[in-house]
Amino acid sequence: MSAASPELQSIADRVVARAAPGEQVEAYVARGRETDVRIYEGEIEHFVSAQSEGIGIRVIRDGRTGFAYAGTLDDDAIASVLAEARDNVSFGTPDEWAGLAEPDGVAVVAQQLWSDALADYPTDGKIELAKELERLTRAVDSRVRVDDANYSDGSGEAAVASTSGIRVSGRENGCYVSVSTLADDGDETQTGFGFAVGRSPQEFDLAKAAQQAADRATRLLGAVKPPSKRVTVVLDPFVTAQFLGVLSSALNGENVAKGRSLFANRVGESVASPLFTLVDDPTNPKAYTATDIDGEGLAARRNALIDGGVLQGFVHSSYSARRAGTNSTGNAVRGGFKGTPGVGCLAMQLQPGTRSQAELIADVDDGVLIQMVQGLHSGVNPISGDFSTGASGLLISHGELGGPVREFTIASTLQRMLHDIGEIGGDVDWLPMSAAGVSLVIHDVTMSGV
Amino acid sequence: MESPLVRLAVVIEQDVLERVLATALRGGGEFAEVYAEDKSSTSAGLDDGRVEQVTSGRDRGAGIRVVSGETTGYAYTADLSEAGLRIAAEAAGAVAANGGGGNRTVALTRSAPHPVNRVEVYPDTVGKAAKVSLLQRIDSAARSTGAAIGQVSAGYGDSRKRILVANSDGLLAEDEQVRHLLRISVVANGDAGMQTGFESLGHTIGFEVFAENDVEELARSAARQAITKLRARPAPSGSIPVVIKAGSGGVLFHEACGHGLEADLVGKGASVYRGKVGEQVASPLVTLVDDGTMSGEWGAIGIDDEGHPSQYNVLIQDGVLTDYMWDHLRARKEGHAHTGNGRRQSYMHLPMVRMTNTYVLNGTDSPQDIIRETPHGVYVAKLGGGSVNTATGDFVFGMTEAYLIENGEITEPLRESNLIGNGPQVLRDIEALGNDFAMGNPGTCGKDGQGVPVGDGQPTLRVKTMTIGGTAG
Repeated sequence: MSAASPELQSIADRVVARAAPGEQVEAYVARGRETDVRIYEGEIEHFVSAQSEGIGIRVIRDGRTGFAYAGTLDDDAIASVLAEARDNVSFGTPDEWAGLAEPDGVAVVAQQLWSDALADYPTDGKIELAKELERLTRAVDSRVRVDDANYSDGSGEAAVASTSGIRVSGRENGCYVSVSTLADDGDETQTGFGFAVGRSPQEFDLAKAAQQAADRATRLLGAVKPPSKRVTVVLDPFVTAQFLGVLSSALNGENVAKGRSLFANRVGESVASPLFTLVDDPTNPKAYTATDIDGEGLAARRNALIDGGVLQGFVHSSYSARRAGTNSTGNAVRGGFKGTPGVGCLAMQLQPGTRSQAELIADVDDGVLIQMVQGLHSGVNPISGDFSTGASGLLISHGELGGPVREFTIASTLQRMLHDIGEIGGDVDWLPMSAAGVSLVIHDVTMSGV
Repeated sequence: MESPLVRLAVVIEQDVLERVLATALRGGGEFAEVYAEDKSSTSAGLDDGRVEQVTSGRDRGAGIRVVSGETTGYAYTADLSEAGLRIAAEAAGAVAANGGGGNRTVALTRSAPHPVNRVEVYPDTVGKAAKVSLLQRIDSAARSTGAAIGQVSAGYGDSRKRILVANSDGLLAEDEQVRHLLRISVVANGDAGMQTGFESLGHTIGFEVFAENDVEELARSAARQAITKLRARPAPSGSIPVVIKAGSGGVLFHEACGHGLEADLVGKGASVYRGKVGEQVASPLVTLVDDGTMSGEWGAIGIDDEGHPSQYNVLIQDGVLTDYMWDHLRARKEGHAHTGNGRRQSYMHLPMVRMTNTYVLNGTDSPQDIIRETPHGVYVAKLGGGSVNTATGDFVFGMTEAYLIENGEITEPLRESNLIGNGPQVLRDIEALGNDFAMGNPGTCGKDGQGVPVGDGQPTLRVKTMTIGGTAG
C-alpha cells in the first residue's frame, strides 16, 4: 500500500471507536476496481468493468474470536456486520494466543505501488493492447492460433484500524496482458501461453509475450511419452517458482505450530543442499509481489528462511508468532475483506548461482528440461513431502537438448529433492508469482512415462 | 438473530428490471440480461482442538451483460437500486454498442419455478452452537481413532442464496440455492514422517443432511486413511492397470472428457472432441451424463445462472458422443438449444459453459470380479484434485488413497502420487464397469478463474493402463 485512503480509513476508525470495554476490534475496509478485456479474432469477446467494496470486522473477547463481512459499505450493513461479529465471538474456543497485531516499531520500506500512468490510461488503449498482442502472437508462426488475448488491470485501496493501535491505509494498482495459444500440426494440437506484467501498460513487452506463447505451444509439437527411469531434471525458472510456492507451506509458522510442517523442530539443521539459500523479501522492489505493509498493518520485511541449506526459521503473523514465543515477521496475508489474516511467504527468492541455463544443461548426461508442470496442487503433499507432478519439456542427452516429451510425471519427496539439488542458475526471472524464478538442477528424480 | 435474507423479487421489481434492460439495449445491443443474487453464509473452522472462528457473510449484487454480435459487455454493482442498476446497464451497453441505437421495450414473463432440491431445515433457522458442535464431534471422533492422530482440522459452511435472472428475450426466473458442506483433514504421525487423510460431505439440502449422514464415521474414515498411509510404500512408476473404486473417480471423467465437451471450448477449436459428435469416442461400456437435476447433489441447481431450468443431458451413449454442453451465447450462435449449463461463480462473473453433476451410469460387472480379474495393478480408493488440457486431452490427478493389487487382491497401501493420462485414450481403455454406482465428494470446478460447485460419480471400473507417477521401479 502506498499513499493514504482517508475515506476508507475514517470508516475503519468509526468502527473501532465503537469497541466496548474489554473488547478488541479490528476493521478492514477495501474498495477495488477492475477492467478485463478479452479479444478473439480481432474482436472484443468481452469487456468487464466494475467496482466492488466491502468490510470485514474481527472481534476478540476473552480469547474468543468472531468475524463477519459484507460486500457493501452502507452504514446499516456495517452496523449489522459488527453485531454479527460480536455474536460469533461466543461460539469460539478460548485461545490464549488470540489477539490483534500491535505496532512493533519496525520501519516501513516504502514501495512504489501506485501508477498514475495506469490510472489515467484510456480504455481504448487497453483494448488496443490486447488486439496488438493477438496480432503479434499470430505473426510469430503460421502454425499458431490464438485461443484468447487478454488485458486486465485492477486497483484497490484499503484501510485497517484496530483497538491495538494499528492504523494504516493505502492503495495500489497493476496490470497485465496474457495470451493463450494453440499450435497445430496435422491431427496434433499443443497449447501455450505468454504474459507481460507491469505497474503501467508502458512497461509491457508484448513482443516477448507473443514469442513465449508461440514457442511454448510449437516446441511441444511431436512430443512423445518418455520411458520410465531415474533422471536429472533442470527446472525452468517458471517451474522453480512454482516449486518454491509449494515449499512455502512448510515454512509457514502457523503450519509448524499446528504440526503440519515437515520442517517442524528442525531450525538449525541441514534441510537442503549447501547451495540452497532462500529469503522472503517483499522489500525488494524487483519482486512482483513487493509490498510495504502486511495483512495486519505491520511493516513487510526481509526474512532469512534457509541459509546454506540450514533452516533459519519460519514466517509468522502476530498470532503464529505469539504461539511460537517470537515476534511477527510481517507475513500476515489477507485475501480481501471476506476473511481474517493467515500466514504466508510474500516474495521468496533463491540465491542465484552464476551460470546460464545452457551451461547447466551442458553438464547433464541423461535428463529432462522441465518447462511445464501440471497438477502440482494435486500431486504434492507439503505435509508428508510426497512429490509427484505431471510435466512436459525437452529431453537432455550428453549435455544436448533433444526432442519434446509430454504426458509423464516426475516424482520424489520434497525432503530428498532439497538435498539432491545440483546447481542453481544465475538466470533470475522476476515472475508475477510469490517467488522469483531461476533455473534449478535436481538429481535422482523418477520420471514415469511409458 | 433475524434472517438477513430478503426476497430478491421484492428488492428488484419487474418494472424496474424491464426499464434497466431497455437502458442496457439503448446503444444497440441485441441481448441484455440482469443477474442478481443475495447470499448469506456462515462458516466455522476448528483446528488444533479449538473452534477458531465463526464467520458470517453477506454478498449481494447484480451483474448486467449486453451482447452485440460477438462482443459482450459486462458490469456489476452492489447497488441494487434502479439508479445503481442503470449505471451498470449503461457501462455494459457502452461496450456492446453497435451504433444502432433505438428504443426497445422489454416485457418480462415469470417462468414457472423449477425446484430440484428439497430443503427441510434452512441454515438460518439453526443456531450457531449446533453448527459448531458438529466440528467438536468430528474432532473427538478423529482423535479417538488412533494414538497416531496428531492434528485434526474441520470446516463447516452453509449458504442460502437467492438468484434472479431477467433478460431481453422476456425471461424472468428465480431460484433459491441452499448448501451445507463439511471438510475434515487429519494428520497422523509415524516413525517415517507424517501422512494425511481427508473426507468431505456436501449437499444442496438443509441442515438435515447432518442427521442423515454419520459425521463421526466420516471423521474416523479420514483418520483411518492417514493412519493406513503411515505404512504405505512408494507408488509404482510407469504404465499399469488401474481399478478405481465406485464414487472415487468421477473426477476422471470430469477432467478426461467433461471439460472437452463444453461448447465454448469446442467452438474455439480448443477441444480434442471437436467434430466428433456421432463418433465412437469411448469404450461401448461408457454412458456419461451431466445432470443438474440430481436432487441434493453438489452440482444440482433448479435453474442455471442464465435462468434456464437444469437438465439431464446425455453426453456419451454406449461410447458414442451424443452432444456437448451449452450456455446461452454458444447455443444462440450455433442455433442449438441451451442445456442448462450456463453458470457463474457470483454476480461479479460472466456465465460460461460449466458442468453440474457429471457421472457414468452403471455397468454390469461385480466390483469384486473386477478386482479379482486384475493380476497386477493399482486400486484407487480416493482421488484428489485434477486438471486437464482440453486441447490435447492430457490430464493429471492425485491419488490420495491407493493400494497395490497383487494376484487379484488388494494388498499394500501406497504413498500419494499423481496419475496421468490422455482423455480420449483412457475413455477407450475402460475395459470393465461395475454395477455399484456411487456419487463422489463435493467438488469445486475451476475454469477461467471461476469456481463453481460440481458433483461427480461412477461405478467401480478398470482402465487397461494409466501412468502412475510414483518412485518405485
